[in-house]
Amino acid sequence: MSRRYSALALFRNSLTGNRDWDPVWRSPEPKPRYDVVIIGGGGHGLATAYHLARDFGVPRVAVLEKGWIGGGNTGRNTTIVRSDYYYPASTAFFDRSVTLYERLSRELNFNIMFSQRGMLTVAHSRAELDWQRRLVNAAQLAGVDLETVTAAEARRLCPILNDSSGMRHPIVGGMLQRRAGTVRHDAVVWGYARAADRLGVDIVQNCEVTGIDRDAVSGAVTSVRTSRGVIGCGKVGVAVAGHSSVLADMAGFRLPLRSFSLQAFVSEPLKPVLDIVVSSAVLGVYASQSDKGGLVVGGNADPYASYAQRGNMPAAEAVAAGLVELIPAFSRVRLLRQWAGIVDYAHDSSPILGLSPVPNLYLNCGWGGGGFKAIPAGGETFAHTIATGEPHPLIRAFSLDRFRSLALVDEAAAAGIEH
Amino acid sequence: MLSIDCPHCGQRDETEFVCGGEAPTGRPPPDASDDIWTDYLFGNANPRGPVHERWLHAFGCRRWLAVERDTVTHRILSVRDFADAIGHRP
Repeated sequence: MSRRYSALALFRNSLTGNRDWDPVWRSPEPKPRYDVVIIGGGGHGLATAYHLARDFGVPRVAVLEKGWIGGGNTGRNTTIVRSDYYYPASTAFFDRSVTLYERLSRELNFNIMFSQRGMLTVAHSRAELDWQRRLVNAAQLAGVDLETVTAAEARRLCPILNDSSGMRHPIVGGMLQRRAGTVRHDAVVWGYARAADRLGVDIVQNCEVTGIDRDAVSGAVTSVRTSRGVIGCGKVGVAVAGHSSVLADMAGFRLPLRSFSLQAFVSEPLKPVLDIVVSSAVLGVYASQSDKGGLVVGGNADPYASYAQRGNMPAAEAVAAGLVELIPAFSRVRLLRQWAGIVDYAHDSSPILGLSPVPNLYLNCGWGGGGFKAIPAGGETFAHTIATGEPHPLIRAFSLDRFRSLALVDEAAAAGIEH
Repeated sequence: MLSIDCPHCGQRDETEFVCGGEAPTGRPPPDASDDIWTDYLFGNANPRGPVHERWLHAFGCRRWLAVERDTVTHRILSVRDFADAIGHRP
């Protein structure tokens, strides 16, 4: 029976009570040695393994995950995909990612449910309008489909927005990316895991890396120590988001990263009421409505370093207050769930990708609150970097070395809000 | 909600404070290498566990405090006035 997912496969399996589906991925015992070990079974790690096997034919690849795949930030984000960045290096990379997302369902034969419903970022002052216009101009020069909208257009796109009559900072306009939208995050994990597994990648869950061994002479990585034994490796790719500093410490170097809790919230299910992603940097909040009807809400990170995946009340209160100011109709909606992911921020809020100070150890980190949208391009470029030993052209600007040369890509000022 | 025991004001909620990040290590000499300056300017220990931080009691005594805090449990391990912590009481 074909292992391909299709309407016919659904029909055939329904005849046998859906008992004959193949497992989506194997659960192999780790081998003693791999050509490439990817640490971190999130979207980036799995996408990297997939591209290593598919594009570069690396025969023995393992993804080591300390918990279950997609249980970290890939399962904790608010699923928004967009490319409305400012600097050319950022727009080129993130727009590549949106483009890859657009064809990912077909490529992986797994429905990732990319809903390109558009994302509206409202502006609350003349100064913010000017800034948005500058951002839109930069994005359009880079070929990104970002546009400005008037206050009336913003209300037409999202009729339940605050009508501004009682607003301290009224909505005076906004910007819109029509190709932006939401993706089913678990499907991205499972889709990449299934595709990588079928190319021979070993996905090893419940396998926590506890140490990194280096050659005494060359300094190169030789093996990783894990909760399931020592695993030899030619190269190591680290894609562990908020815990990147912990892994770097095992390898004997420091990173310009700080880890924070970033909270997200889901409300009780509502009838369809919000068919666009709406965001306000001034109010520090953004929201969309899931297919199940729940409002998916996010805001700014908790303002101090944390490895606790839960967040604290003041940040939750700020998000709730911002949401009610943006859309007063939501004031009586009850939140159903709250959680946090640990996000790692560099000083310029741009990712750190490519080579590390340790030979044969490669970095995919510093995504802050924006790693989910970057998964397809992150995997594609990280695989290229690991396989060839040279940074992919799309990620050269995001090297760790940029801090030494002071060539920062300062999206910190440009982003305004994590999402 | 963190509750920080300010040595001047007593037990206060985290919303009165501003976190100033990891306490700095010593400033390198001007002729130190670029690697040392890069690490001083941008590097972080960013530990999973106890960390030494600076916190400003912005809506209180406005003193900078040296706070030792666990980044996993969020337990506050010690709080001192920053001037006392670095031995520079004016």
